[in-house]
Amino acid sequence: MKHSTKSSNRLVQWIDDRLPIFSYAEANVIAYPTPKNLNYWWNFGSIAGIILVIMLVTGIFLAMNYQPNADVAFASVERIVRDVNYGWLLRYLHMNGASMFFIIVYIHMFRGMYFGSYKAPREILWMVGVVIYLAMMATAFMGYVLPWGQMSFWGATVITNLFSAIPVIGDYIVVWIWGGFSVDMPTINRFFVWHYLLPMILVMLVVVHLWALHVHKSNNPLGIDIKTPQDLMPFHPFYTIKDLFGLGIFMIFFLFFVFFYPNFFGEPDNYIPANPMVTPPHILPEWYFLPFYAILRAVPDKLGGVIAMFAGVLILFVLPWLDTSKVRSAAFRPIFKQLFWIFVADCLFLGWLGARPAEGIYLVLSRLATGYYFFHFMVLLPLVGKLEKPKPLPSSIFEEVSKNCRTKED
Amino acid sequence: MTDNPTNTLKEVDGPRRDFLLISTTTLGVAGVAIAAWPFIHSINPAKDVLALASTEVDLSAVEVGQAITVMWRGKPVFIRHRTEEEIASAADVDMAELRDPQTDAERVQKPEWLIAVGVCTHLGCIPSGQNLGDKRGDWGGWFCPCHGSAYDTSGRIRKGPAPFNLPVPPYAFTDDTNIVIG
Ligand code: HEM
Ligand code: FES
Repeated sequence: MKHSTKSSNRLVQWIDDRLPIFSYAEANVIAYPTPKNLNYWWNFGSIAGIILVIMLVTGIFLAMNYQPNADVAFASVERIVRDVNYGWLLRYLHMNGASMFFIIVYIHMFRGMYFGSYKAPREILWMVGVVIYLAMMATAFMGYVLPWGQMSFWGATVITNLFSAIPVIGDYIVVWIWGGFSVDMPTINRFFVWHYLLPMILVMLVVVHLWALHVHKSNNPLGIDIKTPQDLMPFHPFYTIKDLFGLGIFMIFFLFFVFFYPNFFGEPDNYIPANPMVTPPHILPEWYFLPFYAILRAVPDKLGGVIAMFAGVLILFVLPWLDTSKVRSAAFRPIFKQLFWIFVADCLFLGWLGARPAEGIYLVLSRLATGYYFFHFMVLLPLVGKLEKPKPLPSSIFEEVSKNCRTKED
Repeated sequence: MTDNPTNTLKEVDGPRRDFLLISTTTLGVAGVAIAAWPFIHSINPAKDVLALASTEVDLSAVEVGQAITVMWRGKPVFIRHRTEEEIASAADVDMAELRDPQTDAERVQKPEWLIAVGVCTHLGCIPSGQNLGDKRGDWGGWFCPCHGSAYDTSGRIRKGPAPFNLPVPPYAFTDDTNIVIG
């Protein structure tokens, strides 16, 4: 789809001959050929991109008043909320933005799973997505430490201590991460630096993600390949307007929390300044880490728990090879479709369990849910791909779209 | 893409589409502009900074001929207990000679107390002249070492590149020997 724009504007043409930004935009945003049949589940990537920008902008302006110093960090955040002009808005946009980011990205990922978007030829696109997810988790974890409340402090302590499970060198690694013998002044300083740096790396990862996306173009709800230009539509104005519409709905949802329930996703204990002498009775990670927290606690061995937790994320890297079915979309895979929804329920259940005390029945359920999580990836996906008989696939996107239009007209 | 459906649609209902496009764009641009304001305003002085914007000073210990420097909004304020001669020389000036004409009476509340922000109006250095041995320039007020601006005993610019007199901050005497600046 490489075509140079012959612009009537001579300045545009002059620039384009030297640096083809205009033909690049034309080819990748305006005329960019997109399957005709994308549904609203394809909105979430662009929404994630916009939240990334919102996080960057609010973060940069917060950083102009935030102080990464254990003695004053908590007070500096309170000052942002009380004294800085619109500081409350910046902070609540940033805080709730982090939760929104994960909601959107989780939907984006489940979309990929349902429609088989990770399958050939989009494996690397998917894997770059998993790297983005890891970078997001690191960023959010370190961001949560910055306000230096009780949850910040004890969350940082518990999460960094995960590395002490590594045999032999674990303790050294933890001291190295802390820059001392506990989470303290050096820790908050370096976490702030990482928290500022990682989002910039995220931006670069997103560029790579889109680069890979534009090679084979978007997958689609039917999960079949693009065959003729008739299967396609130019991105602008059709998908620009659809993305904008979705963005509007999302912003209503987002701003509802920002303006009416800004601390809905937070923990009240984080409004108590960090106290290295007292651990709060119920310490919890942010909601978006809860499923993995449940996996961690399900395993009765320190190293085993940490390995299981990391495996829970890293297994996503090999998902394209665990799923043996050649059919992408769950629409044509009757058994997989049901397993998919059971898997979603299992993840939500793990999240719920992650917020319960790790004892009694909850522990038993956590073990079952953890077992099922891995069973889904390691046993069900490879087997179902082989055993299931997929429904017949439509011959082309165009056929299917025209058929639907005809039925609607009738 | 040769058979671009946009083109076909344009022919069908062009004016309606133009209306939608222009109104959407206008609304979007307005929205972004409004959303930019909280960000821009957030780096203006915050409430706690504004709250520090007044300073109280007890003048009772400052002898005639002495000067003290106090901090107001992070800047030095010169307070000079002027001598009779200094008051007289500040008053006895031909307005036509001044770059930034102001009478001494406009610049003081009580003639013996000259209060002015001690920041050179050229590029912000702090002029010398607060201590007795300091260089004060040819008019006996202050002399800015950076680019040679000289101020008189009323803090008015007399020579050098600075364009304006040392500004007089808002202040009030709470009693005979106490003032509040700001
Ligand atoms: C991927 C994007 C980002 C995510 C997911 C993220 C996440 C978070 C989270 C969860 C918090 C804790 C919120 C709280 O409890 O107060 C936080 C705080 C903070 N973040 Fe970010 N952040 C991101 C990008 C950035 C960027 C780009 C900057 C600056 C360049 C930044 C600067 C800050 C600052 C200064 C704080 C502490 C102030 C506060 O607590 O409100 N963040 N971030
Ligand atoms: S700053 Fe005082 S003369 Fe230039």
